[in-house]
Amino acid sequence: MEVRVVNVRKEFELFPALHDVSLDIRSGELIALLGPSGSGKTTLLRLIAGLERPTKGAIFFGDEDASQKSIQERNVGFVFQHYALFRHMTVADNIGFGLKVRHGAARPSAQEIRRRASELLDLVQLSGLEKRYPAQLSGGQRQRVALARAMAIEPKVLLLDEPFGALDAQVRRELRRWLREIHDATGHTTVFVTHDQEEALELADRVVVMSQGRIEQVGSADEIYDIPNSPFVYNFVGESSSLPVKVEGGELWIADRPIGLSAPQGAPSGEALLYFRPHDVELLEGCSGCIAGTVAASRRVAGTRRVELEVGGERQRVEIELPVDHPAAQKSRVAFRPRRWKLFPAA
Amino acid sequence: MADPEIKSYEPLHESLSAAVTESRPVRWVAMGTAFVFLAVFLLLPLIVVFHEALAKGVGSYAEALASPDTRSAIRLTLLVAAISVPLNVIFGISAAWAIAKFEFKGKAFLTTLIDLPFSVSPVISGLVYVLLFGAQGLLGEWLKAHGIVILFAVPGIVLATVFVTFPFVARELIPLMQEQGNGDEEAALSLGANGWQTFRYVTLPNVKWGLLYGVLLCNARAMGEFGAVSVVSGHIRGLTNTMPLHVEILYNEYNAVGAFAVASLLAGLALVTLVLKTLLEMRYGAEIAATRGH
Repeated sequence: MEVRVVNVRKEFELFPALHDVSLDIRSGELIALLGPSGSGKTTLLRLIAGLERPTKGAIFFGDEDASQKSIQERNVGFVFQHYALFRHMTVADNIGFGLKVRHGAARPSAQEIRRRASELLDLVQLSGLEKRYPAQLSGGQRQRVALARAMAIEPKVLLLDEPFGALDAQVRRELRRWLREIHDATGHTTVFVTHDQEEALELADRVVVMSQGRIEQVGSADEIYDIPNSPFVYNFVGESSSLPVKVEGGELWIADRPIGLSAPQGAPSGEALLYFRPHDVELLEGCSGCIAGTVAASRRVAGTRRVELEVGGERQRVEIELPVDHPAAQKSRVAFRPRRWKLFPAA
Repeated sequence: MADPEIKSYEPLHESLSAAVTESRPVRWVAMGTAFVFLAVFLLLPLIVVFHEALAKGVGSYAEALASPDTRSAIRLTLLVAAISVPLNVIFGISAAWAIAKFEFKGKAFLTTLIDLPFSVSPVISGLVYVLLFGAQGLLGEWLKAHGIVILFAVPGIVLATVFVTFPFVARELIPLMQEQGNGDEEAALSLGANGWQTFRYVTLPNVKWGLLYGVLLCNARAMGEFGAVSVVSGHIRGLTNTMPLHVEILYNEYNAVGAFAVASLLAGLALVTLVLKTLLEMRYGAEIAATRGH
């Protein structure tokens, strides 16, 4: 099921949580809403589910306007951050709940409900735990039960709120792979919220980066990482470095030296900020048209060496990453030029 | 008083408590004072009640309970409890549901209002009804004209009891529901349940032990209430006397066996309530911990 969010605005007591957000989610896609807390990602998810009503705008499921429908009518599978399993029901009863509350002919027999529950437990690899209560399960198991319960109603869309937030790193990584497999097997349109960029980039077909109630960028992991379209995305996703530069005569300058990059078409002359990834730089010997700096600090970070440079004598610091064994790491001055970069207006 | 088993699991805790606790004599004095106090002021009267009730043998005890006035007092007390407890269960669940799950204006005011019967003397609660429904009261004329009798009759007693036992169920459920939040309800709705199914299958089971606890306390108070009921009842024997009122009348007539026999039933009710309450606390302590304090 394809989901379209059209110009949705949501206010809580006049405080805007979402400003005019639009988003097209393709059928069968696994999409991540990524952002810091307060960015509106959970609000957007709850709006799609029908747990909140938009102040303005509409949400379409396929060609149908879902905004006027209640959460029951929308038929979405929602997995809550803390699972919200019914503690007084067994695992099987939890999973069967959505079928049990159906009315009339839509309601399967008790036997059929049991069979469906077992089937779903197989799918989430928890066979044999039908009789357990949520309190008797580990965090990862509860998460799987919550997912099975959401899938039991054969939802049009699967929505997950911070699905791995409450789990430790090991379990998280396992479940991530597992969720991807389940998604590929069932083909549900799936939206999940996360503040963990690694999770979003690794798991999702497309990532929606959000900040302060707005969508900053939508794209594949590669697009988000390699071509961020705003300083926020540069900062929030992955590492980034920034330097104040001047645009003059179609060239970028730091103090009185050109750095060998030509300004993009239409960039206004004057102050600007240059953003790039610390690892995405080209080291240069000798320098005519480069960024040169004095090494202020050098740290070993996992497989690379991160070097902090003082640039232009202006106490402007910038970080770049070098291979561990690169000779430049031993020097006191390093010259480089970003390979991929972007220019933003000075704040 | 730490459990030795727990001690062995947590040696750190033991050394800590040994370091910060009072010396042995101080502990003994504190515990001794508490126990003597309890014995004199609580246990002794209880024993006296049963002793006096059985002073002239089981025969006269049974006879006292079998007298028509006593039987009518017991019936009335049961009737009053049977009406007021369900009313307050309905009210308590609705109030707790509204306060815990929704945001609305006047919520703080409503919460305070629920506590009013606790902070007001029961006699005042009774007087309020006299002022409202009495012959000279606000609605007195109108009620008389329509032939409705509230004061000095069963309706008045029920009203006064409902008022006094108002807070028990609500106060038990509000913190519990607030702590549980809306997550489970939202999950039920997202799975297609309607409002009633959500309440029936999710909300109610989540609070059932807290609810039972509240009902128990509410019932004990409904059967034992004296002050408010005394003001509105009119003390008509065989008609508007509840058990506590009947005890007073019998006692004032120097009918010690009769008075204490009825009192022993009330005391028995209190004991049963206490035992059930303790059992509930033992089994479902975590669920009702948030609401300790009665």
